[in-house]
Amino acid sequence: MTDSKYFTTTKKGEIFELKAELNSDKKEKKKEAVKKVIASMTVGKDVSALFPDVVNCMQTDNLELKKLVYLYLMNYAKSQPDMAIMAVNTFVKDCEDPNPLIRALAVRTMGCIRVDKITEYLCEPLRKCLKDEDPYVRKTAAVCVAKLHDINAQLVEDQGFLDTLKDLISDSNPMVVANAVAALSEIAESHPSSNLLDLNPQSINKLLTALNECTEWGQIFILDCLANYMPKDDREAQSICERVTPRLSHANSAVVLSAVKVLMKFMEMLSKDLDYYGTLLKKLAPPLVTLLSAEPELQYVALRNINLIVQKRPEILKHEMKVFFVKYNDPIYVKLEKLDIMIRLASQANIAQVLAELKEYATEVDVDFVRKAVRAIGRCAIKVEQSAERCVSTLLDLIQTKVNYVVQEAIVVIKDIFRKYPNKYESVIATLCENLDSLDEPEARAAMIWIVGEYAERIDNADELLESFLEGFHDESTQVQLQLLTAIVKLFLKKPTETQELVQQVLSLATQDSDNPDLRDRGYIYWRLLSTDPVAAKEVVLAEKPLISEETDLIEPTLLDELICYIGTLASVYHKPPSAFVEGSRGVVHKSLPPRTGSSESAESPEAAPSAGQAAEQPAVIPAQGDLLGDLLNLDLGPPVSGPPLAASSVQMGAVDLLGGGLDSLLRSDVGGSPAMGGGGGFAAPGPAVPAGMGAPLGSGLGDLFDLTGGVGTLSGSYVAPKSVWLPAMKAKGLEISGTFSRQVGSISMDLVLTNKALQVMSDFAIQFNRNSFGLAPAAPLQVHAPLAPNQSVEISLPLNTVGSVMKMDPLNNLQVAVKNNIDVFYFSTLYPLHILFVEDGKMERQMFLATWKDIPNENEAQFQLKDCSLSADAVSSKLQGSNIFTIAKRNVEGQDMLYQSLKLTNGIWVLAELRIQPSNPTLTLSLKCRAPEVSQHVFQAYDTILKN
Amino acid sequence: MIGGLFIYNHKGEVLISRVYRDDIGNRRNAVDAFRVNVIHARQQVRSPVTNIARTSFFHVKRSNIWLAAVTKQNVNAAMVFEFLYKMCDVMTAYFGKISEENIKNNFVLIYELLDEILDFGYPQNSETGALKTFITQQGIKSQTKEEQSQITSQVTGQIGWRREGIKYRRNELFLDVLESVNLLMSPQGQVLSAHVSGRVVMKSYLSGMPECKFGMNDKIVIEKQGKGTADETGKSELGSGKQSIAIDDCTFHQCVRLSKFDSERSISFIPPDGEFELMRYRTTKDIILPFRVIPLVREVGRTKLEVKVVIKSNFKPSLLAQKIEVRIPTPLNTSGVQVICMKGKAKYKASENAIVWKIKRMAGMKESQISAEIELLPTNDKKKWARPPISMNFEVPFAPSGLKVRYLKVFEPKLNYSDHDVIKWVRYIGRSGIYETRC
Repeated sequence: MTDSKYFTTTKKGEIFELKAELNSDKKEKKKEAVKKVIASMTVGKDVSALFPDVVNCMQTDNLELKKLVYLYLMNYAKSQPDMAIMAVNTFVKDCEDPNPLIRALAVRTMGCIRVDKITEYLCEPLRKCLKDEDPYVRKTAAVCVAKLHDINAQLVEDQGFLDTLKDLISDSNPMVVANAVAALSEIAESHPSSNLLDLNPQSINKLLTALNECTEWGQIFILDCLANYMPKDDREAQSICERVTPRLSHANSAVVLSAVKVLMKFMEMLSKDLDYYGTLLKKLAPPLVTLLSAEPELQYVALRNINLIVQKRPEILKHEMKVFFVKYNDPIYVKLEKLDIMIRLASQANIAQVLAELKEYATEVDVDFVRKAVRAIGRCAIKVEQSAERCVSTLLDLIQTKVNYVVQEAIVVIKDIFRKYPNKYESVIATLCENLDSLDEPEARAAMIWIVGEYAERIDNADELLESFLEGFHDESTQVQLQLLTAIVKLFLKKPTETQELVQQVLSLATQDSDNPDLRDRGYIYWRLLSTDPVAAKEVVLAEKPLISEETDLIEPTLLDELICYIGTLASVYHKPPSAFVEGSRGVVHKSLPPRTGSSESAESPEAAPSAGQAAEQPAVIPAQGDLLGDLLNLDLGPPVSGPPLAASSVQMGAVDLLGGGLDSLLRSDVGGSPAMGGGGGFAAPGPAVPAGMGAPLGSGLGDLFDLTGGVGTLSGSYVAPKSVWLPAMKAKGLEISGTFSRQVGSISMDLVLTNKALQVMSDFAIQFNRNSFGLAPAAPLQVHAPLAPNQSVEISLPLNTVGSVMKMDPLNNLQVAVKNNIDVFYFSTLYPLHILFVEDGKMERQMFLATWKDIPNENEAQFQLKDCSLSADAVSSKLQGSNIFTIAKRNVEGQDMLYQSLKLTNGIWVLAELRIQPSNPTLTLSLKCRAPEVSQHVFQAYDTILKN
Repeated sequence: MIGGLFIYNHKGEVLISRVYRDDIGNRRNAVDAFRVNVIHARQQVRSPVTNIARTSFFHVKRSNIWLAAVTKQNVNAAMVFEFLYKMCDVMTAYFGKISEENIKNNFVLIYELLDEILDFGYPQNSETGALKTFITQQGIKSQTKEEQSQITSQVTGQIGWRREGIKYRRNELFLDVLESVNLLMSPQGQVLSAHVSGRVVMKSYLSGMPECKFGMNDKIVIEKQGKGTADETGKSELGSGKQSIAIDDCTFHQCVRLSKFDSERSISFIPPDGEFELMRYRTTKDIILPFRVIPLVREVGRTKLEVKVVIKSNFKPSLLAQKIEVRIPTPLNTSGVQVICMKGKAKYKASENAIVWKIKRMAGMKESQISAEIELLPTNDKKKWARPPISMNFEVPFAPSGLKVRYLKVFEPKLNYSDHDVIKWVRYIGRSGIYETRC
C-alpha cells in the first residue's frame, strides 16, 4: 500500500467522508484520514472545516499521528484561533511528557502556532523546557524563544527569556549553544542598539570552543555571529583568526565561506607587516579554489563572493587564473561569473592565456555568454595596455565571422578602446564600416555612429554614412538619436562646407519633430551654440575627452566593504546591501569593516577614530559613468565658457562666416523672421524656446546652465564670519584689534579693525605671524597710512599667502600674531576657519574620486553629525560651493540624498566627503576621508559654519 | 533564515510545502510565484537564486523534481544550498531515488523529516545515521527511557553522525581512493594544465565507537616526521621511488577533528556507520599522466586530411588500464572516413563529428596507433576548422596523484577488538576527468 493514493482523491462530498473517518474508533482508519487531510492541504485544498475533528485526534500516544495533527494545527490555527485553544491542554501536557522527544515536539510546535491566546500559555512550558535536563529539549526551546519573539517581542522581554537564552551560551552541549547563538543573533537584529549578544573575550572564547564540537550548521551560526564581533586590538583579532582557520578545511562550503568572512573582516585589523598576515593570505586561496569543485549552485554563490574578495584583496587569488577558465559543461550562470573574475584577474603576466580562452568562448553557443566574452576582450584591452593590439586584432577576427551579435558586440567594445587609446587603432575603421548594415541593436548602432562622428575627418564618406542613418531617424531609439545628433554636429564642425544641409536636417528633426525632452534639449543647446559662437561650439563639441578608466564596473568602495561583511549571504550574491531587498526592520543595520587598531596607530587620530569605526556606514554608490546628459554637460565641456553677449558674437561670426545662406534661410523660416539678429548673416536661435530679440537673456541662460554644471571658473567669495575682538584694549595698552578672515577670488585676507582706545596717538604699526600649520604669512606689510588718533579706528585688509614657514600647531588652525606699534609689541592668538584654505580648483574627477576614496585606508575616515540644518541637497551643495567645497556627484539612496564632495587645501591635501541628507531629519551625516586625518575635525567645523550662515 | 520549503514535480505541481515563517506571506502566492517565474519560465534558468517581489527563491533540481527554499531575509546563501543538498541526501537515504512517485509515497515521512531537520528555518542535525534512530517509516517503537536519552544525546551530541551500540560480528572497513585526472596538453607534448581531484570514500562496518586515524603520504607529514627521525625516513625513501605528495588543499567530512588537522596535520575521527566521503583533495604537482596522446594531422590538399594518433601508456607493465576511449574530432564537412587501428575498435560517428576509438584493456608501457583518412567536401567557407582537442577517457588501478594510504588505525577502547582484528581493504581507482590534447 502506498501513500500516493491520497493525492488523487477528488470526489465530491469528500470532506464529509473524511469527517466520518476522523471520528472513527479505529486507530488505523483515523490515521489514514489524517494523512488524507494533510495531502489535500499540500495540494492547496481548503480543509479547515475539519479543524475540530482533527484536533480531536491529538490525544494519542502514536507519535506519527501526533506529528501529523501538529502539522495540521500549524497551518490552520491562525484561521481558527478560538478552536485552536482546544489544543492548548494537550500541548501543556506534552511538555511534561517523560519522553524528551515529545516534550521537544510540543514546545517546537507550540511556537509555530501564531495565535495570541496560545502564546500566553506557551510561557510556562517554555520556561521549563529552557532548563530541561535533556539537551535536545533545550536546543529546541532556544529556537522557540526566537519564534515567540517574532510573535510578541514585548512578552519575551517581560518574561526574562532573553536572560535565560544568554545563559544557554554557556551550556555544556554545543548544539544548545549554537541554537542559542542563532536565536540571539536574530533577536539582536531587530534591536540594533540593545547589545543583546554582549560579545566579550570570555563569551568569544566559549563560542570558539563550541565551534570545534557542534554540527556543521551550528558552526555556521557561530561563525556568522563571530563576524559581528569587534576585537579590541590586533592581537585579539589574530588569536581569533588562528582558531577559525581550521574551518577552512570543512567539507561544508557554507562553513568555509563563513570562516572566510570572519577572516576577511578581522584581517582589516592586522598590520600588513605581520608575518601572520602573509600566512593568512596564503591560507585563504586553496579553500576558495576548492569551492569551485562543489555543486554548480554553490559554485555560483562562491563565485559571486570571490568576485567581491578579488576586488577587496586581489593578492589572494592573483595566481589562480586558470581555475576560473570556463568548462564546457558549466551551467550558464557559472560561466558568466567565471568570466567576470577572469577579467578582474587579468594582468600583463597572464593576458596571453586569457585572450586565447576568451577567443574560444566567443565561438560558443549561448548568446549571452558569447557577448560577454567579446566584451571581456575589450575590457582586457583597456585594462592591460600591452595587450591592446592583440585584443583589437582578435576582435577584428571575430568581426570577420560575420555572426551578427558578435559583430555588434565587438563594435561596442572597439568604441571603448578608441576612447582609451585615441589615435592608435583608427586603421580598423574601414573594416567596421563594412558591417554597418548588419547592425540592428541600438547600442551597436550608437557606438558605430559615435565612431563615425568622432573620426569624421578620416572617413571620406562620413556624411553619406550618417545620412543613411538619418532616414529612419524617428524609428531609432533615443540612444541612437542622441548619438546621431552629436555625430552630425561633430561632422559639421569638421567639414562645414559640405554638411550644412545635414546639420539643419538633424537639428530640425531633433528639436521640432521629437517628443523626447533629452533629444530636444540637446538639439537646442547645439543649435544655440552654433548660432552664438561656432568657435565656442567647436571647443565644446570637439573638446578632448578624458580617457576612460580601466575598471568601470568596480563596486563602489563603501558598498564593497559592507558586502565583505556579508560574505556567504544573499547580499553577497546580489551584490546589494540587505536593505535593498529585505523589508522591515531587519537589515537596516549597516555593517562595516573594523578599523585597523594597531597599537601604535591608535594614538594618532584623536577624535576622529572612534566615530569612524563604530558608526554604521551608509551604502553609497557613485554612478560610474555619467548619464547622457551629464556626459554632454560635463565631459564635452572643456574650458570654462560663459555666455558672451549675442551681439558681439554675431559680429564675430559674420567675419568667420562658416555657414552660407542655407542655414540662415532655414532659420528665418523657422523663427518666422527675427530680423533683430538675422542682419549680419549670423545666426539666431530657433524660435520655440527663446523669444526673438533675446541677446542678454540667451547669454545669461547659457551662463546659468554652465553654472549649474559645477561652476567651473566661477570665482566666488567664501563665507566670512563677523569680526570678533582678538586683542582687547586693556591687554594692549589701549589698542583693540578685532578681525576676521576671508577668502575672495582666490586670495586670503585678514580683515582687521584697529581701534585706539588710549589717549595718545598710535603709529608705526607692523605685524608678524608665528610659524603655523599651513604657512600663513602676511603677503604685504601692514599699512596704516595715517597715525591713529585716540578714539579713532581704521579698517585694514591684510592680504595673506601660504608660503610662510610651517609648524604643526595645536589646535591645527591656531595662529599666533605679534603686532607692534610705537608703544609696544603685543601678542595674541586666534583660530582661523579652515575654509579660507579651500582652493578654487578643489574639484576632483569622478573616477579619481572613486579611486582615491578606495585608496585611503578606512581608519582615516571620520564621521560627524551636522545638527539643525534643514537645507535641501541642492541648497547645501550651492552653499558649500561658494566656499570651494565641490559636489562631484549626487545620488539618491533609499530616499536619502548622498552628496559626494571634494576640497583641496592650500598645501595640496585633498579631503573627500560624503554627505548624507535625509529629507525629514535636520541632522546631516558627514563622512570625511583624508590622508591627513587630523584636518577632518576642522573641515567639519568649516562645514558647520558655512551651512549655518 | 529559510522561510519555507517547497517540492514541485516537473509540471510545477506542489508535492510538499512546509512554511516556517510568516514573513513569506501567503503560502499560495509564494508557491505560485516560483512556478510561474522559474519552472514555467520560457528561458533557460539563468541563476539558482531568483528574487521575485522581494522574496528570494533558491532552487536545486534532481531529475525532474524541483526543491525550492524561500526567504525574505538576508540568509546565508551557501548554507541554504548546502541544506538543500543535504535534504536530497537524507531523502535518498530513506527511500532511494528522488522521484515524484517516491515523494508522494513518502510524504508523511518527508514532513516528519522537515519538521526535525529544519526548525524555524534553522537547519538542525541532519545526519541520516542519527535521524534513522528515531524517525522511522514504521512509526515510533516504544522506547525505554535509556533509549530515548541515548537518542537525544546523540542527536545533540558531539558525535551526531553515529549512534552508540553498533555491533558487527566481523569488523571490516573499505577505503576507496577515487581520483579524476585532468589534463590539457599542447600538440608538442607540453603540459598546459594538469590537476587531480580526488576523494577518499570509506565504508566502515565497525562495532562501538571506534576512534580512527588515517595516514597518507602527505609531504608535510613525512617531512615533519623526517625532522624527528631523519635516519629512519632516509632509509625508507631509498626503498621506494616517489615518497610523498604535495596536497594543494583538502576538505573533510564533519567527523574529522579539524583543529587537530590544522595543528598536527593528523586526520582523526569517529566514522559514521556505512559509507561516507572522508575527504576531498586537489593536487597539481608531480602528477602521473597515465596516457600520452601524440597527434599528427596533415592536410592533403583541400579535400583530404590525414590523421595519425599514437597513445602511449605510462605506468607499470603489470597494471591494466580499462575502458579506454579516444575521441578524435573531425571537420564539419567530412564526407567519409577510413580508419585503421592496431588495437580495439574505431568508428566514425557523423552525428558527433568525431572518430571514436575504443580499447577494452591496455597494459602499462605499451603503445598503440590509429590512422585515418578523412575525405572532405569542398566548401567555400573561408573560416578555418578550429581543430578541437582530442579527448580521452580511461580507468586505471592506481592513483595518478601518487597518493598512498599509509595506515588506517582503529581503536575501540571499550570493546575487545584491536586494530589487528579489523579487516581492511584499500582500492585505488584513477579515472580521466577532462583529459585533452590539442592537435
